[in-house]
Amino acid sequence: MPFWNKEIETLERKKLRELQFERLQKTLRKVYQKVPHYKTKFNQAKIKPSDIKNLEDIYKLPFTTKEDLYVDYPFGLLTVSIDKLIRLHTSSGTTGKPKAIFFSKKDINNSAELIARCLVMTGAQRGEILQNSMTYGLFTGAFVMHYGAEKVGILVIPAGPGNTERQINLMRDFGTNMLHITPSYALYLASVIYDKGFDPKRDFKLKRAYLGAEPYSEETRRKIENMLGIDIYNCYGLTEMNGPGVGFECPYKSGLHIWEDNFLMEIINPETGEPVPEGEIGELVLTTLNREAMPLIRYRTRDLTRVIPEPCSCGRTHRRITRILGRSDDMFIVKGVNIFPQQIEQILMSIKGVAQNYQIVLESYDEMTIKVEIDRELFDGKIERLVKLKEEIIDKIRSATMVKPKVELLEPGTLPVSEGKAKRVIDNRTI
Amino acid sequence: MDKVYIISVFAENKPGRLERVTKVLAEANINILAFSITSTNGFGVIKFMVNRCQEAYKLLKEKGFTVSLNEAIGIEMKDQPGGLYEVVKILSSKGINIESASVYVAETRKKAYLIVEVEDTAKAMESLKEENLKFLKPQEIV
Repeated sequence: MPFWNKEIETLERKKLRELQFERLQKTLRKVYQKVPHYKTKFNQAKIKPSDIKNLEDIYKLPFTTKEDLYVDYPFGLLTVSIDKLIRLHTSSGTTGKPKAIFFSKKDINNSAELIARCLVMTGAQRGEILQNSMTYGLFTGAFVMHYGAEKVGILVIPAGPGNTERQINLMRDFGTNMLHITPSYALYLASVIYDKGFDPKRDFKLKRAYLGAEPYSEETRRKIENMLGIDIYNCYGLTEMNGPGVGFECPYKSGLHIWEDNFLMEIINPETGEPVPEGEIGELVLTTLNREAMPLIRYRTRDLTRVIPEPCSCGRTHRRITRILGRSDDMFIVKGVNIFPQQIEQILMSIKGVAQNYQIVLESYDEMTIKVEIDRELFDGKIERLVKLKEEIIDKIRSATMVKPKVELLEPGTLPVSEGKAKRVIDNRTI
Repeated sequence: MDKVYIISVFAENKPGRLERVTKVLAEANINILAFSITSTNGFGVIKFMVNRCQEAYKLLKEKGFTVSLNEAIGIEMKDQPGGLYEVVKILSSKGINIESASVYVAETRKKAYLIVEVEDTAKAMESLKEENLKFLKPQEIV
Protein backbone atom coordinates (compact mmCIF):
# COMPACT_ATOMS: atom_id res chain seq x y z
CA MET A 1 0.00 0.00 0.00
CA PRO A 2 1.74 3.19 -1.15
CA PHE A 3 1.65 6.35 0.98
CA TRP A 4 2.59 9.96 0.22
CA ASN A 5 3.12 10.82 3.89
CA LYS A 6 2.94 7.59 5.82
CA GLU A 7 3.78 9.10 9.18
CA ILE A 8 0.84 11.50 9.23
CA GLU A 9 -1.58 9.25 7.31
CA THR A 10 -1.14 6.41 9.83
CA LEU A 11 -0.60 8.53 12.94
CA GLU A 12 -2.16 6.78 15.90
CA ARG A 13 -5.56 8.22 16.83
CA LYS A 14 -4.49 9.56 20.22
CA LYS A 15 -1.64 11.53 18.68
CA LEU A 16 -3.84 12.63 15.79
CA ARG A 17 -6.36 14.03 18.26
CA GLU A 18 -3.60 15.82 20.15
CA LEU A 19 -2.42 17.37 16.90
CA GLN A 20 -5.99 18.37 16.06
CA PHE A 21 -6.47 20.06 19.42
CA GLU A 22 -3.17 21.90 19.19
CA ARG A 23 -4.08 23.19 15.73
CA LEU A 24 -7.63 24.04 16.78
CA GLN A 25 -6.40 26.20 19.65
CA LYS A 26 -3.97 28.00 17.39
CA THR A 27 -6.70 28.60 14.80
CA LEU A 28 -9.20 29.87 17.38
CA ARG A 29 -6.71 32.30 18.91
CA LYS A 30 -5.86 33.60 15.46
CA VAL A 31 -9.44 34.23 14.27
CA TYR A 32 -10.40 35.78 17.63
CA GLN A 33 -7.51 38.23 17.38
CA LYS A 34 -7.60 39.03 13.70
CA VAL A 35 -11.16 38.62 12.43
CA PRO A 36 -13.65 41.12 13.90
CA HIS A 37 -16.64 39.05 12.71
CA TYR A 38 -15.44 35.95 14.60
CA LYS A 39 -14.67 38.01 17.69
CA THR A 40 -18.20 39.45 17.64
CA LYS A 41 -19.75 36.00 17.17
CA PHE A 42 -17.66 34.43 19.95
CA ASN A 43 -18.50 37.33 22.26
CA GLN A 44 -22.21 36.98 21.51
CA ALA A 45 -21.93 33.28 22.42
CA LYS A 46 -20.03 34.35 25.56
CA ILE A 47 -17.05 32.18 24.72
CA LYS A 48 -13.31 32.75 24.40
CA PRO A 49 -10.72 30.52 22.70
CA SER A 50 -9.32 29.68 26.16
CA ASP A 51 -12.71 28.16 27.14
CA ILE A 52 -12.15 25.35 24.66
CA LYS A 53 -10.34 22.78 26.81
CA ASN A 54 -10.62 19.75 24.53
CA LEU A 55 -11.97 18.72 21.12
CA GLU A 56 -15.44 17.98 22.52
CA ASP A 57 -15.77 21.59 23.61
CA ILE A 58 -16.05 22.59 19.95
CA TYR A 59 -19.83 22.28 20.34
CA LYS A 60 -19.77 25.45 22.41
CA LEU A 61 -18.61 27.51 19.43
CA PRO A 62 -21.05 29.15 17.02
CA PHE A 63 -21.44 27.76 13.48
CA THR A 64 -20.18 29.53 10.40
CA THR A 65 -22.69 29.46 7.54
CA LYS A 66 -22.39 30.66 3.99
CA GLU A 67 -24.19 33.84 5.06
CA ASP A 68 -21.20 34.63 7.30
CA LEU A 69 -19.01 34.65 4.20
CA TYR A 70 -20.90 37.73 2.97
CA VAL A 71 -20.36 39.74 6.15
CA ASP A 72 -17.53 42.24 5.64
CA TYR A 73 -17.33 40.84 2.09
CA PRO A 74 -14.95 40.13 0.44
CA PHE A 75 -11.85 40.44 2.65
CA GLY A 76 -13.42 40.45 6.10
CA LEU A 77 -12.64 36.87 7.16
CA LEU A 78 -8.92 37.06 6.38
CA THR A 79 -6.31 36.58 9.07
CA VAL A 80 -3.47 37.81 6.84
CA SER A 81 -2.93 41.01 4.83
CA ILE A 82 -3.78 41.04 1.14
CA ASP A 83 -0.12 40.97 0.12
CA LYS A 84 0.08 37.43 1.56
CA LEU A 85 -2.61 36.16 -0.84
CA ILE A 86 -1.76 34.51 -4.11
CA ARG A 87 -5.06 33.11 -5.32
CA LEU A 88 -8.83 33.60 -5.23
CA HIS A 89 -11.38 30.89 -5.90
CA THR A 90 -15.11 31.40 -5.79
CA SER A 91 -18.15 29.23 -5.59
CA SER A 92 -21.50 30.38 -6.90
CA GLY A 93 -23.72 31.66 -4.15
CA THR A 94 -27.48 31.91 -4.09
CA THR A 95 -27.53 35.58 -3.14
CA GLY A 96 -26.01 36.79 -6.40
CA LYS A 97 -22.53 37.29 -4.99
CA PRO A 98 -20.07 34.40 -5.14
CA LYS A 99 -18.47 32.94 -2.04
CA ALA A 100 -14.87 34.17 -2.14
CA ILE A 101 -12.10 32.00 -0.71
CA PHE A 102 -8.51 33.25 -0.58
CA PHE A 103 -5.33 31.20 -0.50
CA SER A 104 -1.87 32.15 0.73
CA LYS A 105 1.21 30.50 -0.74
CA LYS A 106 1.23 28.10 2.21
CA ASP A 107 -2.45 27.27 1.62
CA ILE A 108 -1.87 26.48 -2.06
CA ASN A 109 1.03 24.25 -1.17
CA ASN A 110 -0.98 22.54 1.52
CA SER A 111 -3.99 21.88 -0.72
CA ALA A 112 -1.59 20.29 -3.24
CA GLU A 113 -0.09 18.20 -0.42
CA LEU A 114 -3.50 16.77 0.46
CA ILE A 115 -4.24 15.93 -3.19
CA ALA A 116 -0.84 14.22 -3.42
CA ARG A 117 -1.86 11.99 -0.49
CA CYS A 118 -5.14 11.18 -2.26
CA LEU A 119 -3.60 10.35 -5.64
CA VAL A 120 -0.81 8.18 -4.24
CA MET A 121 -3.38 6.42 -2.04
CA THR A 122 -5.17 5.22 -5.21
CA GLY A 123 -1.94 3.94 -6.75
CA ALA A 124 -1.14 6.94 -8.95
CA GLN A 125 2.57 7.64 -9.41
CA ARG A 126 5.25 9.60 -11.21
CA GLY A 127 5.33 8.72 -14.90
CA GLU A 128 1.57 8.51 -15.25
CA ILE A 129 -0.69 10.94 -17.10
CA LEU A 130 -3.74 12.72 -15.68
CA GLN A 131 -6.29 14.34 -17.97
CA ASN A 132 -7.95 17.05 -15.94
CA SER A 133 -11.43 17.48 -17.43
CA MET A 134 -12.81 19.75 -14.72
CA THR A 135 -13.39 23.45 -15.32
CA TYR A 136 -10.29 25.62 -14.98
CA GLY A 137 -11.31 28.97 -13.62
CA LEU A 138 -12.91 30.38 -10.54
CA PHE A 139 -14.04 26.87 -9.53
CA THR A 140 -11.43 25.09 -7.39
CA GLY A 141 -11.83 21.63 -8.92
CA ALA A 142 -9.32 21.70 -11.75
CA PHE A 143 -6.60 23.91 -10.25
CA VAL A 144 -6.27 22.19 -6.89
CA MET A 145 -6.08 18.75 -8.56
CA HIS A 146 -3.60 20.14 -11.09
CA TYR A 147 -1.16 21.39 -8.44
CA GLY A 148 -1.48 18.20 -6.39
CA ALA A 149 -0.81 15.95 -9.39
CA GLU A 150 2.22 18.03 -10.36
CA LYS A 151 3.51 17.66 -6.81
CA VAL A 152 3.48 13.87 -7.22
CA GLY A 153 5.29 14.19 -10.56
CA ILE A 154 2.32 13.23 -12.70
CA LEU A 155 2.05 14.69 -16.22
CA VAL A 156 -1.11 16.79 -16.29
CA ILE A 157 -3.14 17.43 -19.44
CA PRO A 158 -5.23 20.52 -18.60
CA ALA A 159 -8.08 19.55 -20.93
CA GLY A 160 -10.97 21.22 -19.10
CA PRO A 161 -14.50 19.95 -19.68
CA GLY A 162 -16.47 19.59 -22.91
CA ASN A 163 -15.35 19.15 -26.52
CA THR A 164 -15.77 15.40 -26.24
CA GLU A 165 -14.15 14.68 -29.58
CA ARG A 166 -10.98 16.40 -28.42
CA GLN A 167 -11.10 14.65 -25.02
CA ILE A 168 -11.06 11.29 -26.79
CA ASN A 169 -8.24 12.36 -29.11
CA LEU A 170 -6.13 13.51 -26.15
CA MET A 171 -6.77 10.23 -24.36
CA ARG A 172 -5.74 8.26 -27.46
CA ASP A 173 -2.76 10.36 -28.55
CA PHE A 174 -1.08 10.75 -25.17
CA GLY A 175 -2.17 7.57 -23.41
CA THR A 176 -4.09 9.16 -20.53
CA ASN A 177 -4.03 6.94 -17.43
CA MET A 178 -6.34 8.97 -15.20
CA LEU A 179 -9.30 11.27 -15.59
CA HIS A 180 -10.51 13.92 -13.19
CA ILE A 181 -14.08 14.50 -14.26
CA THR A 182 -17.69 15.02 -13.13
CA PRO A 183 -19.83 11.85 -12.97
CA SER A 184 -22.39 13.05 -15.50
CA TYR A 185 -19.71 14.00 -17.98
CA ALA A 186 -17.90 10.70 -17.38
CA LEU A 187 -21.10 8.86 -18.30
CA TYR A 188 -21.52 10.92 -21.42
CA LEU A 189 -17.87 10.50 -22.41
CA ALA A 190 -18.10 6.73 -21.90
CA SER A 191 -21.21 6.51 -24.08
CA VAL A 192 -19.55 8.52 -26.87
CA ILE A 193 -16.51 6.24 -26.67
CA TYR A 194 -18.88 3.31 -27.19
CA ASP A 195 -20.86 4.96 -29.97
CA LYS A 196 -17.64 5.60 -31.86
CA GLY A 197 -16.89 1.88 -31.70
CA PHE A 198 -13.79 2.06 -29.49
CA ASP A 199 -12.85 -0.79 -27.20
CA PRO A 200 -11.78 1.07 -24.05
CA LYS A 201 -9.36 -1.68 -22.98
CA ARG A 202 -7.68 -1.96 -26.35
CA ASP A 203 -7.73 1.65 -27.51
CA PHE A 204 -6.97 3.50 -24.26
CA LYS A 205 -4.52 3.27 -21.37
CA LEU A 206 -7.03 4.43 -18.81
CA LYS A 207 -6.64 2.97 -15.31
CA ARG A 208 -8.64 5.19 -12.99
CA ALA A 209 -10.93 8.16 -12.79
CA TYR A 210 -11.53 10.60 -9.97
CA LEU A 211 -15.14 11.68 -9.83
CA GLY A 212 -16.42 14.60 -7.85
CA ALA A 213 -18.26 17.94 -7.83
CA GLU A 214 -21.74 16.48 -8.12
CA PRO A 215 -23.68 13.69 -6.45
CA TYR A 216 -23.94 10.27 -8.07
CA SER A 217 -24.76 6.78 -6.96
CA GLU A 218 -22.84 3.56 -6.43
CA GLU A 219 -24.70 2.08 -9.41
CA THR A 220 -23.47 4.90 -11.65
CA ARG A 221 -19.93 4.28 -10.43
CA ARG A 222 -20.17 0.57 -11.33
CA LYS A 223 -21.73 1.36 -14.67
CA ILE A 224 -18.85 3.66 -15.68
CA GLU A 225 -16.25 1.28 -14.22
CA ASN A 226 -17.68 -1.55 -16.34
CA MET A 227 -18.04 0.55 -19.47
CA LEU A 228 -14.44 1.77 -19.35
CA GLY A 229 -12.82 -1.12 -17.47
CA ILE A 230 -11.25 1.19 -14.86
CA ASP A 231 -11.33 1.95 -11.14
CA ILE A 232 -13.33 4.95 -10.07
CA TYR A 233 -12.57 6.82 -6.85
CA ASN A 234 -14.95 9.15 -5.11
CA CYS A 235 -13.58 12.54 -4.36
CA TYR A 236 -15.17 15.01 -1.96
CA GLY A 237 -14.46 18.65 -1.48
CA LEU A 238 -15.92 22.12 -1.43
CA THR A 239 -14.50 25.48 -2.40
CA GLU A 240 -14.77 26.75 1.17
CA MET A 241 -12.38 23.93 2.23
CA ASN A 242 -9.76 24.11 -0.61
CA GLY A 243 -11.93 22.24 -3.11
CA PRO A 244 -11.19 18.60 -3.93
CA GLY A 245 -9.12 16.44 -1.60
CA VAL A 246 -10.96 17.00 1.67
CA GLY A 247 -12.16 13.40 1.50
CA PHE A 248 -10.99 10.69 -0.87
CA GLU A 249 -11.41 6.96 -1.31
CA CYS A 250 -8.61 4.48 -0.81
CA PRO A 251 -8.48 1.25 -2.88
CA TYR A 252 -11.02 -0.38 -0.52
CA LYS A 253 -13.62 2.05 -1.88
CA SER A 254 -15.72 1.91 1.23
CA GLY A 255 -15.99 5.48 2.38
CA LEU A 256 -13.87 8.59 1.94
CA HIS A 257 -10.97 9.32 4.30
CA ILE A 258 -11.14 12.83 5.69
CA TRP A 259 -7.69 14.29 6.32
CA GLU A 260 -8.28 14.89 9.99
CA ASP A 261 -4.98 16.63 10.62
CA ASN A 262 -6.35 19.39 8.36
CA PHE A 263 -10.08 19.25 9.05
CA LEU A 264 -11.99 18.72 12.25
CA MET A 265 -15.24 17.00 11.36
CA GLU A 266 -18.56 16.86 13.12
CA ILE A 267 -21.89 15.41 12.05
CA ILE A 268 -24.88 17.36 13.32
CA ASN A 269 -28.63 17.26 13.08
CA PRO A 270 -29.35 19.96 10.48
CA GLU A 271 -32.60 20.95 12.20
CA THR A 272 -31.33 21.29 15.78
CA GLY A 273 -27.58 21.82 15.35
CA GLU A 274 -26.92 19.11 17.96
CA PRO A 275 -24.31 16.40 17.30
CA VAL A 276 -25.77 13.07 16.18
CA PRO A 277 -24.59 9.77 17.74
CA GLU A 278 -21.50 8.42 15.96
CA GLY A 279 -22.41 6.59 12.78
CA GLU A 280 -25.75 8.32 12.24
CA ILE A 281 -26.62 10.46 9.24
CA GLY A 282 -26.44 14.21 9.56
CA GLU A 283 -24.89 17.33 8.12
CA LEU A 284 -21.11 17.47 7.83
CA VAL A 285 -19.55 20.43 9.67
CA LEU A 286 -15.87 21.18 9.11
CA THR A 287 -13.30 23.35 10.87
CA THR A 288 -10.04 24.09 9.07
CA LEU A 289 -7.04 23.18 11.24
CA ASN A 290 -4.20 24.09 8.92
CA ARG A 291 -5.32 27.08 6.91
CA GLU A 292 -3.37 30.28 6.97
CA ALA A 293 -5.30 32.96 5.08
CA MET A 294 -8.93 32.19 5.74
CA PRO A 295 -9.66 29.71 8.52
CA LEU A 296 -13.29 28.67 8.90
CA ILE A 297 -14.74 27.55 12.20
CA ARG A 298 -17.57 24.97 12.28
CA TYR A 299 -18.57 25.57 8.68
CA ARG A 300 -21.96 24.13 7.71
CA THR A 301 -21.32 22.21 4.48
CA ARG A 302 -25.01 21.35 3.90
CA ASP A 303 -23.78 17.90 2.80
CA LEU A 304 -25.41 14.90 4.42
CA THR A 305 -23.29 11.90 5.34
CA ARG A 306 -22.30 9.74 8.30
CA VAL A 307 -19.01 8.79 9.89
CA ILE A 308 -17.70 5.26 9.48
CA PRO A 309 -16.02 4.81 12.87
CA GLU A 310 -14.38 1.43 12.18
CA PRO A 311 -10.66 1.45 11.24
CA CYS A 312 -9.98 1.01 7.52
CA SER A 313 -8.05 -1.99 6.18
CA CYS A 314 -5.72 0.37 4.28
CA GLY A 315 -4.04 1.31 7.54
CA ARG A 316 -4.88 5.00 7.50
CA THR A 317 -6.11 6.26 10.84
CA HIS A 318 -8.05 9.19 9.41
CA ARG A 319 -11.73 8.34 9.69
CA ARG A 320 -14.02 7.89 6.74
CA ILE A 321 -17.40 9.29 5.78
CA THR A 322 -19.86 7.60 3.43
CA ARG A 323 -20.41 9.04 0.00
CA ILE A 324 -22.47 12.23 0.23
CA LEU A 325 -26.05 11.04 0.65
CA GLY A 326 -27.56 14.31 -0.42
CA ARG A 327 -27.44 18.01 0.10
CA SER A 328 -29.81 19.46 2.57
CA ASP A 329 -30.60 21.98 -0.23
CA ASP A 330 -31.26 19.19 -2.79
CA MET A 331 -33.69 17.40 -0.58
CA PHE A 332 -37.24 17.95 -1.70
CA ILE A 333 -40.51 17.16 -0.03
CA VAL A 334 -43.44 15.44 -1.75
CA LYS A 335 -46.52 14.42 0.22
CA GLY A 336 -44.61 15.36 3.35
CA VAL A 337 -41.83 12.84 2.65
CA ASN A 338 -38.15 13.90 2.48
CA ILE A 339 -36.63 12.58 -0.75
CA PHE A 340 -33.05 12.81 -2.03
CA PRO A 341 -32.39 12.68 -5.79
CA GLN A 342 -29.65 10.09 -5.11
CA GLN A 343 -32.24 7.68 -3.74
CA ILE A 344 -34.12 7.87 -7.02
CA GLU A 345 -30.95 7.56 -9.08
CA GLN A 346 -29.85 4.48 -7.16
CA ILE A 347 -33.14 2.75 -7.91
CA LEU A 348 -33.25 3.73 -11.59
CA MET A 349 -29.68 2.57 -12.25
CA SER A 350 -30.47 -0.84 -10.77
CA ILE A 351 -33.31 -1.45 -13.25
CA LYS A 352 -32.55 -3.21 -16.53
CA GLY A 353 -33.88 -1.30 -19.51
CA VAL A 354 -33.23 2.15 -18.09
CA ALA A 355 -30.59 4.33 -19.77
CA GLN A 356 -28.33 6.80 -17.95
CA ASN A 357 -30.34 9.98 -18.15
CA TYR A 358 -33.29 10.87 -15.97
CA GLN A 359 -35.03 13.90 -14.54
CA ILE A 360 -37.32 14.49 -11.59
CA VAL A 361 -40.00 17.10 -12.26
CA LEU A 362 -42.05 18.62 -9.45
CA GLU A 363 -45.24 20.47 -10.38
CA SER A 364 -47.12 20.15 -7.11
CA TYR A 365 -46.52 19.20 -3.48
CA ASP A 366 -48.24 15.86 -3.76
CA GLU A 367 -46.84 14.48 -6.97
CA MET A 368 -43.46 13.81 -8.55
CA THR A 369 -42.89 12.91 -12.18
CA ILE A 370 -39.83 10.95 -13.13
CA LYS A 371 -38.71 11.13 -16.73
CA VAL A 372 -36.58 8.17 -17.73
CA GLU A 373 -34.80 7.45 -20.97
CA ILE A 374 -35.08 3.82 -22.05
CA ASP A 375 -32.05 1.75 -23.04
CA ARG A 376 -31.89 1.63 -26.84
CA GLU A 377 -30.09 -1.73 -26.82
CA LEU A 378 -32.76 -3.47 -24.77
CA PHE A 379 -35.74 -2.35 -26.86
CA ASP A 380 -37.31 -5.41 -28.47
CA GLY A 381 -40.36 -3.91 -30.16
CA LYS A 382 -42.78 -5.24 -27.54
CA ILE A 383 -45.01 -2.72 -25.84
CA GLU A 384 -45.80 -5.16 -23.00
CA ARG A 385 -42.13 -5.08 -22.00
CA LEU A 386 -42.23 -1.30 -21.76
CA VAL A 387 -45.43 -1.34 -19.75
CA LYS A 388 -43.78 -3.76 -17.31
CA LEU A 389 -40.66 -1.60 -17.13
CA LYS A 390 -42.77 1.40 -16.24
CA GLU A 391 -44.60 -0.58 -13.55
CA GLU A 392 -41.30 -1.82 -12.12
CA ILE A 393 -39.98 1.74 -11.84
CA ILE A 394 -43.17 2.92 -10.14
CA ASP A 395 -43.20 -0.01 -7.70
CA LYS A 396 -39.55 0.22 -6.70
CA ILE A 397 -39.65 3.98 -6.14
CA ARG A 398 -42.89 3.74 -4.22
CA SER A 399 -41.55 1.06 -1.89
CA ALA A 400 -38.32 3.01 -1.26
CA THR A 401 -39.82 6.48 -0.76
CA MET A 402 -43.46 5.79 0.14
CA VAL A 403 -44.47 8.12 -2.69
CA LYS A 404 -45.98 6.72 -5.89
CA PRO A 405 -44.37 8.59 -8.77
CA LYS A 406 -45.67 9.34 -12.24
CA VAL A 407 -43.23 7.83 -14.70
CA GLU A 408 -42.67 8.91 -18.30
CA LEU A 409 -40.58 6.71 -20.58
CA LEU A 410 -38.61 8.77 -23.07
CA GLU A 411 -36.60 8.08 -26.19
CA PRO A 412 -32.85 8.05 -25.52
CA GLY A 413 -31.32 11.45 -26.16
CA THR A 414 -34.47 13.37 -25.26
CA LEU A 415 -33.24 14.86 -21.99
CA PRO A 416 -30.55 17.52 -22.03
CA VAL A 417 -27.08 16.00 -22.15
CA SER A 418 -24.69 17.11 -19.47
CA GLU A 419 -21.20 18.38 -20.08
CA GLY A 420 -20.98 19.73 -16.56
CA LYS A 421 -23.22 19.51 -13.52
CA ALA A 422 -26.40 17.65 -14.38
CA LYS A 423 -29.68 19.22 -13.38
CA ARG A 424 -31.69 16.28 -12.12
CA VAL A 425 -34.50 18.01 -10.28
CA ILE A 426 -36.76 20.54 -12.00
CA ASP A 427 -38.87 22.19 -9.32
CA ASN A 428 -41.64 24.25 -10.91
CA ARG A 429 -43.61 24.60 -7.71
CA THR A 430 -44.65 27.94 -6.34
CA ILE A 431 -45.89 28.34 -2.80
CA MET B 1 -42.09 -21.19 -45.98
CA ASP B 2 -40.61 -17.78 -45.42
CA LYS B 3 -40.72 -15.35 -42.59
CA VAL B 4 -40.85 -11.61 -43.06
CA TYR B 5 -39.62 -8.74 -40.87
CA ILE B 6 -41.33 -5.93 -39.04
CA ILE B 7 -39.57 -2.79 -37.87
CA SER B 8 -40.66 -1.50 -34.44
CA VAL B 9 -39.93 2.04 -33.32
CA PHE B 10 -40.39 3.35 -29.77
CA ALA B 11 -42.16 6.71 -29.68
CA GLU B 12 -43.44 9.04 -27.03
CA ASN B 13 -47.04 10.11 -27.54
CA LYS B 14 -46.25 13.56 -28.82
CA PRO B 15 -47.08 15.39 -32.02
CA GLY B 16 -44.53 14.93 -34.79
CA ARG B 17 -43.13 11.54 -33.73
CA LEU B 18 -44.66 9.56 -36.64
CA GLU B 19 -43.69 12.38 -38.97
CA ARG B 20 -40.02 12.12 -37.95
CA VAL B 21 -39.89 8.38 -38.62
CA THR B 22 -41.75 8.43 -41.91
CA LYS B 23 -39.64 11.33 -43.18
CA VAL B 24 -36.50 9.17 -42.86
CA LEU B 25 -38.15 6.36 -44.83
CA ALA B 26 -39.53 8.74 -47.47
CA GLU B 27 -36.16 10.37 -48.04
CA ALA B 28 -34.55 6.97 -48.54
CA ASN B 29 -37.32 6.05 -50.98
CA ILE B 30 -38.38 3.11 -48.83
CA ASN B 31 -41.96 1.94 -49.37
CA ILE B 32 -44.24 1.28 -46.38
CA LEU B 33 -46.56 -1.66 -47.10
CA ALA B 34 -48.23 -2.09 -43.75
CA PHE B 35 -48.12 -0.28 -40.48
CA SER B 36 -49.71 -0.14 -37.05
CA ILE B 37 -49.45 1.92 -33.90
CA THR B 38 -49.93 0.55 -30.41
CA SER B 39 -50.02 3.15 -27.72
CA THR B 40 -50.56 3.22 -24.02
CA ASN B 41 -50.48 6.00 -21.47
CA GLY B 42 -47.65 8.24 -22.65
CA PHE B 43 -45.79 6.12 -25.16
CA GLY B 44 -46.23 3.69 -27.97
CA VAL B 45 -44.65 1.45 -30.56
CA ILE B 46 -44.96 2.11 -34.30
CA LYS B 47 -44.58 -0.95 -36.50
CA PHE B 48 -43.80 -0.99 -40.20
CA MET B 49 -43.44 -3.55 -42.91
CA VAL B 50 -41.32 -2.04 -45.65
CA ASN B 51 -39.80 -3.21 -48.90
CA ARG B 52 -36.13 -2.88 -47.81
CA CYS B 53 -36.31 -3.75 -44.16
CA GLN B 54 -32.63 -4.35 -43.30
CA GLU B 55 -31.71 -1.05 -44.88
CA ALA B 56 -34.55 0.79 -43.16
CA TYR B 57 -33.58 -0.71 -39.80
CA LYS B 58 -29.95 0.35 -40.13
CA LEU B 59 -30.94 3.81 -41.30
CA LEU B 60 -33.34 4.44 -38.41
CA LYS B 61 -30.77 3.18 -35.90
CA GLU B 62 -28.13 5.50 -37.32
CA LYS B 63 -30.54 8.41 -37.04
CA GLY B 64 -30.86 7.72 -33.32
CA PHE B 65 -34.26 6.08 -33.20
CA THR B 66 -34.96 3.35 -30.68
CA VAL B 67 -35.73 0.57 -33.10
CA SER B 68 -35.82 -3.20 -33.31
CA LEU B 69 -36.21 -5.71 -36.12
CA ASN B 70 -38.76 -8.44 -35.38
CA GLU B 71 -39.67 -11.63 -37.19
CA ALA B 72 -43.23 -12.01 -38.45
CA ILE B 73 -45.37 -14.30 -40.56
CA GLY B 74 -47.43 -13.04 -43.50
CA ILE B 75 -50.49 -15.19 -44.26
CA GLU B 76 -52.58 -14.68 -47.37
CA MET B 77 -56.29 -14.14 -46.88
CA LYS B 78 -59.15 -13.63 -49.25
CA ASP B 79 -60.15 -10.01 -49.57
CA GLN B 80 -63.81 -10.79 -48.96
CA PRO B 81 -66.18 -11.24 -45.98
CA GLY B 82 -64.86 -13.95 -43.66
CA GLY B 83 -61.30 -13.73 -45.00
CA LEU B 84 -59.72 -12.73 -41.70
CA TYR B 85 -61.91 -15.18 -39.77
CA GLU B 86 -60.69 -18.14 -41.84
CA VAL B 87 -57.05 -17.39 -41.04
CA VAL B 88 -57.47 -16.51 -37.39
CA LYS B 89 -59.50 -19.68 -36.81
CA ILE B 90 -56.52 -21.77 -37.93
CA LEU B 91 -54.05 -19.82 -35.78
CA SER B 92 -56.17 -20.23 -32.66
CA SER B 93 -56.74 -23.93 -33.32
CA LYS B 94 -52.94 -24.28 -33.19
CA GLY B 95 -52.72 -22.29 -29.96
CA ILE B 96 -50.79 -19.47 -31.61
CA ASN B 97 -51.22 -16.16 -29.82
CA ILE B 98 -50.96 -12.99 -31.90
CA GLU B 99 -48.79 -10.40 -30.23
CA SER B 100 -49.27 -7.76 -32.89
CA ALA B 101 -50.92 -7.68 -36.28
CA SER B 102 -51.29 -5.49 -39.34
CA VAL B 103 -52.69 -5.93 -42.80
CA TYR B 104 -50.95 -5.68 -46.14
CA VAL B 105 -53.28 -5.31 -49.11
CA ALA B 106 -51.28 -6.29 -52.15
CA GLU B 107 -51.88 -5.47 -55.81
CA THR B 108 -54.76 -3.17 -55.09
CA ARG B 109 -57.34 -5.48 -53.53
CA LYS B 110 -56.62 -8.70 -55.36
CA LYS B 111 -55.22 -10.27 -52.23
CA ALA B 112 -54.48 -9.28 -48.67
CA TYR B 113 -52.05 -10.57 -46.06
CA LEU B 114 -52.42 -10.72 -42.33
CA ILE B 115 -48.99 -9.91 -40.85
CA VAL B 116 -48.61 -11.30 -37.35
CA GLU B 117 -45.91 -11.28 -34.71
CA VAL B 118 -46.10 -14.30 -32.41
CA GLU B 119 -44.13 -15.49 -29.42
CA ASP B 120 -42.14 -18.16 -31.24
CA THR B 121 -42.03 -17.63 -35.01
CA ALA B 122 -40.25 -20.88 -35.89
CA LYS B 123 -42.59 -23.00 -33.78
CA ALA B 124 -45.69 -21.28 -35.19
CA MET B 125 -44.49 -21.80 -38.75
CA GLU B 126 -43.82 -25.45 -38.08
CA SER B 127 -47.34 -25.99 -36.79
CA LEU B 128 -48.90 -24.17 -39.76
CA LYS B 129 -46.89 -26.10 -42.34
CA GLU B 130 -49.60 -28.65 -43.12
CA GLU B 131 -52.41 -26.11 -43.37
CA ASN B 132 -53.76 -24.92 -46.64
CA LEU B 133 -52.29 -21.44 -46.30
CA LYS B 134 -50.22 -19.23 -48.55
CA PHE B 135 -47.41 -17.29 -46.95
CA LEU B 136 -45.95 -13.99 -47.96
CA LYS B 137 -42.40 -14.27 -49.33
CA PRO B 138 -39.84 -11.53 -48.76
CA GLN B 139 -39.36 -11.13 -52.52
CA GLU B 140 -43.06 -10.31 -52.89
CA ILE B 141 -42.69 -7.27 -50.69
CA VAL B 142 -41.94 -4.48 -53.13
